Amino acid sequence: MAEHKISDEVMANTELLAKLALTDEEREKSRQEMEKILGYVDKLNELDTEGVEPLISLFPVENVFREDKVVNGDMRDELVDLAPRKKDGQYLVPKTVE
Amino acid sequence: MDILENTALSLGKKIRLKEIGVREAVKASLDQIDRQEPKIHAFLDVDEKKVYARVKEVEEGIKAGRYRGPLAGVPIAVKDNICTKGQKTTCASRILGNFVPPYNASAVERLHAAGMIVIGKTNMDEFAMGSTTETSAFGITHNPWNTNHVPGGSSGGSCAAVAAGEAFAALGSDTGGSIRQPSAYCGVTGIKPTYGTVSRYGLIAYASSLDQIGPVARDTADCAALLDVIMGYDAKDSTSMERKSENFLDSLKGDLHGVRIGVPKEYLDLAENLDPDVKKAMVDTIHLLSRNGAIVEFFQLGMVDYVIPAYYIIASAEASSNLARFDGVKYGYRTPEADGLHDMYKKTRAEGFGEEVKRRILLGSFVLSSGYYDAYYLKALRAKALIKKSFDDAFYKYDMILAPASPTTAPEIGKSLQDPLKMYLSDIYTTAVNLAGLPGISIPVAMDSKGLPVGLQLVGNCFSEKKLLDAAYGLEKLRGSFPMAFQAKVEKKHGKERA
Repeated sequence: MAEHKISDEVMANTELLAKLALTDEEREKSRQEMEKILGYVDKLNELDTEGVEPLISLFPVENVFREDKVVNGDMRDELVDLAPRKKDGQYLVPKTVE
Repeated sequence: MDILENTALSLGKKIRLKEIGVREAVKASLDQIDRQEPKIHAFLDVDEKKVYARVKEVEEGIKAGRYRGPLAGVPIAVKDNICTKGQKTTCASRILGNFVPPYNASAVERLHAAGMIVIGKTNMDEFAMGSTTETSAFGITHNPWNTNHVPGGSSGGSCAAVAAGEAFAALGSDTGGSIRQPSAYCGVTGIKPTYGTVSRYGLIAYASSLDQIGPVARDTADCAALLDVIMGYDAKDSTSMERKSENFLDSLKGDLHGVRIGVPKEYLDLAENLDPDVKKAMVDTIHLLSRNGAIVEFFQLGMVDYVIPAYYIIASAEASSNLARFDGVKYGYRTPEADGLHDMYKKTRAEGFGEEVKRRILLGSFVLSSGYYDAYYLKALRAKALIKKSFDDAFYKYDMILAPASPTTAPEIGKSLQDPLKMYLSDIYTTAVNLAGLPGISIPVAMDSKGLPVGLQLVGNCFSEKKLLDAAYGLEKLRGSFPMAFQAKVEKKHGKERA
């Protein structure tokens, strides 16, 4: 299994992208687990994929057009109702601009 | 005969013939849930009031001729990542602990249109990430054959509910084996249809290019009938396929004559990892099939070593993207205290998600991050192309592939989660099927030395469910009846009493 090291900087960036607040202990554990898993998935490097196109969709896809007509009902109130915090029929979030 | 002894189809038939009432059938299920749940914990939510309100609708619908299908009046359990209007849908996660969807998944709408009754929501690995149902935030599910063992996962609750006789059938979802592996561990039959066959609208997404809803039931005919009910094009799912209804149930003959079945050599060569009982079940089944008209051959499938790495990169990448929506704003849990918006996101997610989910979000965020995207994510998608090609080549020669559903039978509770990588490796036989979008059916064929069921998979080419179900039906006939856990236990008890 290939050795794989994740630097503090890479770990911090990964956490930022993942939007997860980790404790120091969790961070170390996660780093070790990721290093182990990445060491294992590095096995893919053995594979010659020269000239192989990445397979994104299994079946041929094409644009589907439809008339620009609203078919779903208005569920605004039911949907906003699900929010943990709301005010005047809108989502309420912590202050984002000073 | 006890109502619980019926398959979904025989119950449906008796309801049609008015030999059993819908209310009686539902009561039998709910009573069994009361008896079994303290030991099994297959369900996260059973709302008797809602169930009986639905019974009334179904009784009227059958009377009025609105519900005429073979499964009208049959109680069914639904995995808790499939949205049910007005009933909690939690994905077994704290972050969705209080989520009550304002709409039904399309698959649930189809159950309703067929006159079926959703009896409850079943436990699962959190966000379907896991192979044991131990990552649920709301307690583990026990295997009805032996409660010290896991039911498998991630659709462990659905499979355990069927095995324990609590439901006559269930819906599961399968991203990397999550229907087929727990079906094998619980001794029930489960099919993952071809990608795009069942609408994913209202299925809470894990890895969208792999996710597929499918039936779990006592036998192949029940699975076929349920697949007839839930399949079909849905404009609300952009990956839904325009497949004509194929009437799988009425096509079942069990004809194995001349069916070409390939067995990947690599699958039996996992010397130290393949349980001898599972290997024996494979060998016995190969003999049984060839003695009865099928043409069984060993062949080199190829790419087997690269399946798990490609799967975990792709599934984690898609998970990190899909689960970005859980941010404490629109629904679900929000942390009580936070210093600004970003801090609110981070704390909400850290407190709301469990360990395995965080592990996959982190891995997914890493493989998609700038500088690593090409080396990991794109590389995995190229490997996926080669995996797909290896199956295309196989189906040029064979109608279907026979494989174990898992290298072992159900492990003991508490043995799997310490080493995530080891748990991932146990998905060796199932994940490739999702990467290539293929249909796969898992059926129980034997018992191991510990008294746990062994399940094998038949895997077909895309859109070949008819052939696949028919072969499974044929194999089932050769195998003979296979009791559900709750029936086997009754037999054992009676046996003892007589002795």
